[in-house]
Amino acid sequence: MRTYAMVIDTRTCIGCGDCVVACKSENKVPVGLNRDWVVEATSGRYPNLRTEFRSERCNHCSHATCVLLCPTGASHQWNDSNIVLVDADKCTGCKACIAACPYDARLVMHPEGYIDKCTFCHHRVEKGLDPACVSTCPTHCMHFGLLDDPGSDVSKLLLSRNYKTLMPETGNKPNVFYLV
Amino acid sequence: MIEEVLSTARSNALVDPSLGIWTWEVAVYLFLGGLTAGIMLFVALVHLQGSPQERPFTAYRLALWAPVVLSAGMTTLFLDLEHKLYVFRFYTTLQPASPMSWGSWVLLLVYPLSVAQIAATLRGGYPGFAAWLERLPLFGRWLGAAFDVSQRYRRAIMLWSIPIAVSLGIYTGVLLSTFSARPFWNTAILGPLFLVSGVSAAAALIILFARHKGERHAFAKIDAGLLAVELLLVGLLIVGLASGAQAQLQALQLITYPDGPFALIFWVLFVTVGLAVPLLLELWEIRGGRSLVLLAPLLVLFGGYLLRQVTLDIGQASTWSEYTVQYDPGLLERLR
Repeated sequence: MRTYAMVIDTRTCIGCGDCVVACKSENKVPVGLNRDWVVEATSGRYPNLRTEFRSERCNHCSHATCVLLCPTGASHQWNDSNIVLVDADKCTGCKACIAACPYDARLVMHPEGYIDKCTFCHHRVEKGLDPACVSTCPTHCMHFGLLDDPGSDVSKLLLSRNYKTLMPETGNKPNVFYLV
Repeated sequence: MIEEVLSTARSNALVDPSLGIWTWEVAVYLFLGGLTAGIMLFVALVHLQGSPQERPFTAYRLALWAPVVLSAGMTTLFLDLEHKLYVFRFYTTLQPASPMSWGSWVLLLVYPLSVAQIAATLRGGYPGFAAWLERLPLFGRWLGAAFDVSQRYRRAIMLWSIPIAVSLGIYTGVLLSTFSARPFWNTAILGPLFLVSGVSAAAALIILFARHKGERHAFAKIDAGLLAVELLLVGLLIVGLASGAQAQLQALQLITYPDGPFALIFWVLFVTVGLAVPLLLELWEIRGGRSLVLLAPLLVLFGGYLLRQVTLDIGQASTWSEYTVQYDPGLLERLR
């Protein structure tokens, strides 16, 4: 299985939200729905506070519980990779995958009713392009590539910097990494 | 202190500000599915035990309820689907890791077995209706032959009903327990708990509608036993959460008195009014106390529904994520 990963540098992210806008226009996500979002996480006790910005989305988990629990096979992994997609023609809108996702990264498409989510812009990846959010980021804090390729940007960054994933304790093996 | 704020609004309907994907439609289905399992199980057991004459309502009249109750549940389940026209997709595949997929195939086995149970018992329970059916032009003769065959193979039908009914009753609980993303559901005890609750609800239905006093009394005894087991399973559910890791402990806080938002509905309405009070009432009746007739079984049915509703609600409120603050207009006020 090919593993695509996103690496986001929380030290250079300024929380501008361009990734959110890029996704909405690239994927024509309807008003009121979002496939990605930005979290501002502040920790510590005043005046010793630390803030990090995180651009969040589906983690395209290697152990994707949303895919396992989908009763119709609509949720699936694309082309022998970790990229999780939903086939609208197989989706009944039962919402099991929404309950199965610890990151609450899925949404109900309106008005049609099938379940929608971040696709890692696989239609761009196919052409050798980065996902829209990555290519738009004005601070270049987002990186995308193959984890299996030791020469890729993402592999090099993960070798040279400290990083974390979100809620790895759920066992889902997320593939969006945050440099800290 | 850790404060995590969504800086851009995610605002996805049914997901934000807190998960609310499954409401009364699913709770009603889970309850009626469990009730159907209990009905089919009791019909089968009464025949296999060899004393159908002593339990006439259960043996001959109850089977007709199963498809009616299940169809009502399937209707509300259908109402819950967001992409309704694609409902047939449940039956174009079998997904081995998805209890929902297994469940939809089990439902497909339940209907023919339930119809077979009815065919095997209809002449005994509704002789007038059965005779009218057999007099129907065209179909009458076929129906009569179907009744004959079903009666001849009654024992086999009842034997097969047991594993299918148990599968139906237990799958509704297992379905929720496989969601590791929702710590309150993620316990294997939900399967047995939902099964016992469904069987107990069926016993309550029999107490409500059986005319034979001995039958009502026998099922009051059975139901008291089932309610006691259900209380024990609820206790084990709490032990599991209380001895769990951080995610389970946080889920437990949702029902911890007095701050837990679901403490009142869980402990007072479900555990006390829906389980403990009917158990005490039934024990009192069994010991010869004055019967309050309808109260105990009605409370059992109420408790059975409430178990599904509160489990759904608490599970959706329990989460691994730590977005503690989403958007608080009160903070803006402080800046002015």
